[in-house]
Amino acid sequence: MARRTGAISGPVAALGLGAAVAALCLLPLWAVARAAGFSGSLTAADWQAVRFTVVQALLSAVFSVGLAVPIARALARRQFWGRGLFISLLGAPFLLPVLVAVLGLLAVFGRGGWLNSALAALGLPPFSIYGLHGVVIAHVFFNLPFAVRLILQGWQSIPAERVRLARTLRAPLFRVLEAPMLREVLPSAFALIFLVCLTSFAVAITLGGGPRATTLELAIYQAVLFDFDLGRAAQLALVQYALCALAAGLAGVLGRQTGFGVGLDRHIALPGGSAIGDGAAIAAMAVFLLVPLGAALSGGVWGLAAMPATVWASAIISVTIALGAVAMVLLVAVPLALAGGKLGRGLATAVPLASSSLVLGAGAFLLLRGAVRPSDAALAVTMTVNMLMALPFALRILTPAADAVRRDYDRLARALRLRGWARLRIVYLPRMRRQIGFAAGLTAALAMGDLGAIVFFAGEGQATLPLLMQRLLGAYRVEAAAGVGLVLVTLSFGLFWIFDSWGRRGAET
Amino acid sequence: MRFAAALASAGLFISAGMAHADTPVLTIYTYDSFTSEWGPGPAVKTAFEAECACTVQFVAAGDGAALLARLQMEGSTSDADILLGLDTNLTAAAKATGLFAPHGVTPDVDLPLAWDDPVFLPYDWSHFAMIGRVGGPTPASFRELAASDASVIIMDPRSSTPGLGLLMWVKAAYGDEAAQVWADLRDNIVTVTPGWSEGWGLFLKGESDLVLSYATSPAYNIVVENDHSLQALPFDEGHYMQVEVAAKLAGARQPELADAFLRFMLTPAFQSVIPETNWMYPAVMPEGGLGAGWDDLLRPATSLLLPEDEAQALRGPAVDEWRDALAQ
Repeated sequence: MARRTGAISGPVAALGLGAAVAALCLLPLWAVARAAGFSGSLTAADWQAVRFTVVQALLSAVFSVGLAVPIARALARRQFWGRGLFISLLGAPFLLPVLVAVLGLLAVFGRGGWLNSALAALGLPPFSIYGLHGVVIAHVFFNLPFAVRLILQGWQSIPAERVRLARTLRAPLFRVLEAPMLREVLPSAFALIFLVCLTSFAVAITLGGGPRATTLELAIYQAVLFDFDLGRAAQLALVQYALCALAAGLAGVLGRQTGFGVGLDRHIALPGGSAIGDGAAIAAMAVFLLVPLGAALSGGVWGLAAMPATVWASAIISVTIALGAVAMVLLVAVPLALAGGKLGRGLATAVPLASSSLVLGAGAFLLLRGAVRPSDAALAVTMTVNMLMALPFALRILTPAADAVRRDYDRLARALRLRGWARLRIVYLPRMRRQIGFAAGLTAALAMGDLGAIVFFAGEGQATLPLLMQRLLGAYRVEAAAGVGLVLVTLSFGLFWIFDSWGRRGAET
Repeated sequence: MRFAAALASAGLFISAGMAHADTPVLTIYTYDSFTSEWGPGPAVKTAFEAECACTVQFVAAGDGAALLARLQMEGSTSDADILLGLDTNLTAAAKATGLFAPHGVTPDVDLPLAWDDPVFLPYDWSHFAMIGRVGGPTPASFRELAASDASVIIMDPRSSTPGLGLLMWVKAAYGDEAAQVWADLRDNIVTVTPGWSEGWGLFLKGESDLVLSYATSPAYNIVVENDHSLQALPFDEGHYMQVEVAAKLAGARQPELADAFLRFMLTPAFQSVIPETNWMYPAVMPEGGLGAGWDDLLRPATSLLLPEDEAQALRGPAVDEWRDALAQ
């Protein structure tokens, strides 16, 4: 046991694991390319799509991370009633099915939304959400709360002892503690959100307002499904990988580790700052988060009665998938985070995010064709794809904590001859509990909401909640679909909340 | 989502597989909403199984385009006996794969246009139409729409079959002037959604005056919700048709059953299910008509439909033209 844990804690092991994850993503691309060969060259329209894809992702990441800093700082400094629930709610938009979130945003920003009613009442010209700015607003709605959580973790990682020391010495808190922490946290948060937005499909076209808002993912979709031009799809997928590699590499270069050293695992609220400024930041976040969220969900209340009875069978299937995905992600992400090694973890973060899910699906189909019936492989493929999609987020959450624990406690643990499972149980896991809870919750909810682009593996049978919702919409049953959407969001958020508050309960003492 | 399918099929295999080990299975690839409990699938399965001494197995994959892509990836190793759910914009591409066999039927169908396709048989159809609200703007042509300030939501022809249908509609009506029509429509288009359901959802939320859908769409609201507030707008150019078709695979494991199913598809047992599950016109009109709610629907005087080869040849250039005109 001891030997085994010793063996996996090393950059080499991390590289192995990371390479395995990357191979899982790249193998399907290879299968697609092998079936067709890379074909053609990029057209002017493709370059335009590349440009739009990069610009919207860049703007979305800049605004998400930029706005998250003051909000996270305010949350790190203030204690108020309902703070815990509010921090949990920050996970919510990230977990909403795209159409539910878009309809919620439109209730506020749409043509007939509240914002335009207010503008009309004031005699001001109407605001149109459709266009690049609409895409960015939606992506910020999805990702800002997530960025706040990531950056808040950074603040919480500053040991109380350091804060006290700095205050005693009258050192500038921001320069000696906060700025180095941001230097460590921001580049990777930025890169993660940039990558998420890079592969955006439905948000970008629904709110984009027209074909100018064409992303690479849409071009891949068209190539696979409408033109059945696998060579072109493979080529576009490669371009997407190249963009992601660039972003991930840049984040790697810019990121710096801090090393605040050991504390007694206690955190204190940071002193200073204006209460009014912090209050305004938190209130603005709450309004931007809760109003569309409330609008998105309130529509579903009327639909609850219209739901088909099969919704509960679908709910059980969806929850089962979610729990399976959590187990798989933790089994891969925790060892990878503990093993250290930038390259291995970078591979396991960037490659899955950069993957076109449609190419993953098509490639997996081509690989498995003939060996197994597609409907029999559906379970394994769904689980694997869900694991790959959640892994980057889980890693991003777990890695800083794992690094800090290793840096601060490894020597002590060695001196005490704590090895293997004992070291894991006594040293690592308790100090990573908050992050494990957050990562598990996020994975569960992401897997619940996943519609899966593995369209090719269909069989006959019961649908998951997102698929049930889609089918109801396709059959004009908009109200019932909204009801199913409410059940879906409640269950995903419920799972997220259970895991997340388990993590935070243990960690806040 | 496919895990669901796996769970179900794992369970079904043991029970159904053992109980009916000697019963032949007819495998039908179709789109998602056909097999859902609100779609025609369940009733069609029951009715055909009552007369075929076989088991019908639906395999649902996304939409028509996804179905064809999956079949192309499977090639001759496919389990499919029947592919059900393409429209005429994709049949030329489907035939070019060589995966389909002629049906050998002389169909007696009630379509606005003659049907003589030797491979694909129609099972339902409707006209594309702009849907608006009673009391809202009612432009009577694309040109009138472009000149008005009515707002409209359409679908992307690169990711949805209605979007592709609209592209062909404008092309069939305006030919070389299509690019200009699109350019004129640019300021009326609120947004372009990836699929039909997003567009329909946005329209119902009040995001636009009009939405691209089917002339038969208001029937759902009338029949199920007793809501008469939506109407399909007649356009002077005529209306492009969507004809949904099915065909037998050349490599079908159960060719006789597949033939029997295609014949069954045009009988009342199948056709009577279509209107109030798929919200389209059945390919063969029942003797008593379709009942209340269907009588008041728009029945365009002129039906447009490009021959499949022309639709196939036009698709690429028309998408480019559409994109260039709207991306200005």
